[in-house]
Amino acid sequence: MRFSNLIKIALSALLRNKTRSILTMLGIIIGVASVIALLSIGEGSKRSIQNQVSSMGSNMVFVTPQSQVKGGVQMGFSNVQTLTLKDVAAIEANCPSISMVSPEVRGSGQVVYNKNNWPTSIYGCNDKYLAIKKYEVEKGRVFNEREITASAKVCLVGQTVIENLFGKNADPVGQSIRYKSIPFKIIGTIKSKGENTFGQDQDDLILAPYTTVQKRILAITHVQSINASAASEALSQQAVEEITKTLRTQHKLKDSEENDFEVRSQEELVKTFSTISNVLTILLGAIAGISLIVGGIGIMNIMYVSVTERTREIGLRLAVGGKGADILKQFLVESILLSILGGVIGILFGVLIAKIAATLMGWETGIMIQSILLAFTVCTVIGVFFGWYPARKAANLDPIDALRYE
Amino acid sequence: MQKTIIEVSHLKMNYYIGEVTVHALRGVNLAIGEGEFIAIMGTSGSGKSTMLNILGCLDKPTSGNYALDGIDVGNLNKNELATIRNEKLGFVFQSYNLLTRTTALENVELPLMYNRKIKSKDRKEMAIEALRSVGLLDRMHHMPNQLSGGQQQRVAIARSLVNDPLVILADEATGNLDTRTSYEIMALFQELNEKGKTIVFVTHEPDIARFTKRSVIFRDGQIQKNQEISDRFNAQEMLANLPVEEDFE
Repeated sequence: MRFSNLIKIALSALLRNKTRSILTMLGIIIGVASVIALLSIGEGSKRSIQNQVSSMGSNMVFVTPQSQVKGGVQMGFSNVQTLTLKDVAAIEANCPSISMVSPEVRGSGQVVYNKNNWPTSIYGCNDKYLAIKKYEVEKGRVFNEREITASAKVCLVGQTVIENLFGKNADPVGQSIRYKSIPFKIIGTIKSKGENTFGQDQDDLILAPYTTVQKRILAITHVQSINASAASEALSQQAVEEITKTLRTQHKLKDSEENDFEVRSQEELVKTFSTISNVLTILLGAIAGISLIVGGIGIMNIMYVSVTERTREIGLRLAVGGKGADILKQFLVESILLSILGGVIGILFGVLIAKIAATLMGWETGIMIQSILLAFTVCTVIGVFFGWYPARKAANLDPIDALRYE
Repeated sequence: MQKTIIEVSHLKMNYYIGEVTVHALRGVNLAIGEGEFIAIMGTSGSGKSTMLNILGCLDKPTSGNYALDGIDVGNLNKNELATIRNEKLGFVFQSYNLLTRTTALENVELPLMYNRKIKSKDRKEMAIEALRSVGLLDRMHHMPNQLSGGQQQRVAIARSLVNDPLVILADEATGNLDTRTSYEIMALFQELNEKGKTIVFVTHEPDIARFTKRSVIFRDGQIQKNQEISDRFNAQEMLANLPVEEDFE
């Protein structure tokens, strides 16, 4: 029997029982649609998290002090003062993979302008900090080397701070604000970056020279963390190793001693988040996959019914010269057609659902061509797998018994 | 003497139902020549259906020989038997066995679908030709449920003819039909036989058997009688003589 004939016979058999065919397909449609939709939503959320993490900075590598065990006592974070400006200088000098490095010290408190006040964080850093963290200057300028050396009382302010102190769209450059009763002259504003992955407002900040924050606000000599930028994404792992090596030497750590600091790269962070969302995606996909299997069992059930119902037809086909293989193919093509048709409709629905979900959640759609291909392949496999036993039952019928079947 | 196309010798068929052995055929010898029109008769359980199944290559005998057109059918496997059925045999059943919701034309095309030697464009022409020979050319696009019983059986006959078989095997082909329609069908078989078709017709009705040329009567798995029909009916004449009141006004 020619293949085109097989398709024709299968199609007409399916059309003969339209309602039944559609209901059977529904199982596959729901299964495929949910697989596609959930995988796409998972992929979309993963991508948006990745985008947000990478918007946090350019190939960032951050060094934070690690709590130490001193004489059996686990020290808290606030007591850890292992990072110094010398470390920053050492990293700058000894790490070729690092293109930019900045110390970071943080203080928090009320900032006051006239009658208005606002609680915010002040970050002490150098002039490269903005580039490392992917901040951009909107108006005005960044503080220069001279101002850093002189611990000048100058600052840049974020949009949230401006809004709360000066009102929307105001230009605060040249104005003076007080932070812990120390007056700061605003020399620039920072372009808005919005919220980060964790819902944290990235515009609620003040940047000032690290020397100013260290001496005038916190009265400390150490730094709380070091932010650096690797020359390229590929170099970030190497940068982590270089920094680790430099700081171990700098801190005179013996081989037996653990690091008193922690170096992490943005790449690692992205990987961590990707792993979490991958696990979630796989989990969701697996649940959806189960409904696909249930759909397959539906096909098998209907094919069994169909074989029983058409026993006489099978008998006749065998009597007029149909071979077992012909009958097998006929029913197999029917079940494959059923599952592929269901699969195609399911893919369309799944893509639609993913698009809608992405629009509602403000994610980008992560519809992967692979997941569509996968769904299509799985459908064909389901058609063959669940169609095989009913088809074989049909093919093995005895023509005499089949012809007499009532 | 015309060419022998079916030759059966010492044919035995046993069925095993649980512990009981049923001897359906107990040594049958039969030869059928080209152009014959044979009625296989007998009561139920006489073995005539078993005989037809074996002649139709649907079943294999327990022992004995069966040569169809010089081919020893006993040595063929399932697929080879399917090919023999496809190319050398035509079947007509009591309950027509047409595919539902499938046009008469497509029903007739069915055997050709399983024959790779026939191109799809020839297939339709051959099917139309077969429908013409049973007088149903105007009904070729009708579904079985739009046809009367007699017409459905004609479609079935056209289907059995379409591959130009050596033998047509009919199993109680008039069993579901009224007298008039039965005569019409027998008239068609007689006409086909006159054109040279070999027909083996299984029936339990002696009246119907009298339309054939020779009757073979089975009893207890053996041939009891094998004789020429001396006072043969002509179906056309019988039809003409049927009382008119059978047609309801």
